[in-house]
Amino acid sequence: MPVNPELQGRVFAPTAPYLVGREKIREFSRAVLATSPLNNDPDAAKAAGYADIVAPPTFPIVIQESTLAQLLAEPDAGIDFTRVVHGDQRFSYTRPIVAGDELTATLAVTAIKSLGGHSMVTSESTITDQTGAHVVTAISTLVVRGDE
Amino acid sequence: MIAELGEIVAEKTYRLTRDSLVRYAGASGDFNPIHYRDDVAESVGLPGVLAHGMLTMGFAVQPVVDWIGDSGKILDYQVRFTRPVVVDRADGAEVTVVAKVGALTDAEIRIDLTVTFADQTVLGKAQARVSLA
Repeated sequence: MPVNPELQGRVFAPTAPYLVGREKIREFSRAVLATSPLNNDPDAAKAAGYADIVAPPTFPIVIQESTLAQLLAEPDAGIDFTRVVHGDQRFSYTRPIVAGDELTATLAVTAIKSLGGHSMVTSESTITDQTGAHVVTAISTLVVRGDE
Repeated sequence: MIAELGEIVAEKTYRLTRDSLVRYAGASGDFNPIHYRDDVAESVGLPGVLAHGMLTMGFAVQPVVDWIGDSGKILDYQVRFTRPVVVDRADGAEVTVVAKVGALTDAEIRIDLTVTFADQTVLGKAQARVSLA
C-alpha cells in the first residue's frame, strides 16, 4: 500500500514537554562514544558558559522519536513500520540542548515522494524550549519500501 | 582551531560490538530488533544485525567535536544513510571516520565526513557546520 499523499502538509499536535536530565545526557553520550567533558562534567560545561552539561549533536533524536511515533500511528498514513528504513537525517540548531531544558516538538510532513515503488516521507520536527524559543529542527526522510 | 580547505582535521576508528547496539537502543529508545536479533534481521532479508544508522551518525561527529572541543558549536549536522553496518556477533564491526575541511568562511567551517566500513562508504553527504564564533 502506498503512503497516503495527503499527508503532505499535515502538522501534528505538539508533544508533551520532555525534561532533559543530566543522567540521560550522560547515558546517551556513553552510547554514541562522546567523551568530551562538556557532555559529562557540569563544572566543565559551566566553565565553557553553559548552564549545565551539553547534549551531543544527535541527542534530539530522543525527542524526535515521539513525533515519528505520532506519524506512524496516524490511521490513514499507510506506513508499514516493518518496511521503513531511515533515508537521511539532519539537525539544524539555534542553540545546543543542555540538561534542564524542557523541550516540545511539533512535527510537520513536508514532502511525500514516490520513487521506483518506494515512498519517501520527509518531516520536520521543530523543537522549542519552555520559553517557546527555537532550539533545533530535526529533519528526517523515511523510506517506505514497496513490494519487491 | 586554524584549518585550511581540504585539510584532514581528525581521523578515528571505532569498534562496535553487539554491546554497543544494546547500549544505544537503551539510550535512544530505538528497540527495533534488527539491531540485536539475528533471526529477526534474517527474516526481513538483511545480511545480519545492523548498527542503528543514528548510532553511526552519533559517533561519526565525535572526532569533529573533539577537534573543536565544544559540541555546542555545531550549527548543523546532516547525513544520508547509504549502506548498512553489519555487526558480527563475535568480531563486531570497525568503522573509520575521516573529517576534512569542506568549506571555510570567517564565521563558520564545514567539515565533510567520510565514514567507511569494510572499505565502503556508509554515509553520504555527511557534513557538520561549525561556528567559529
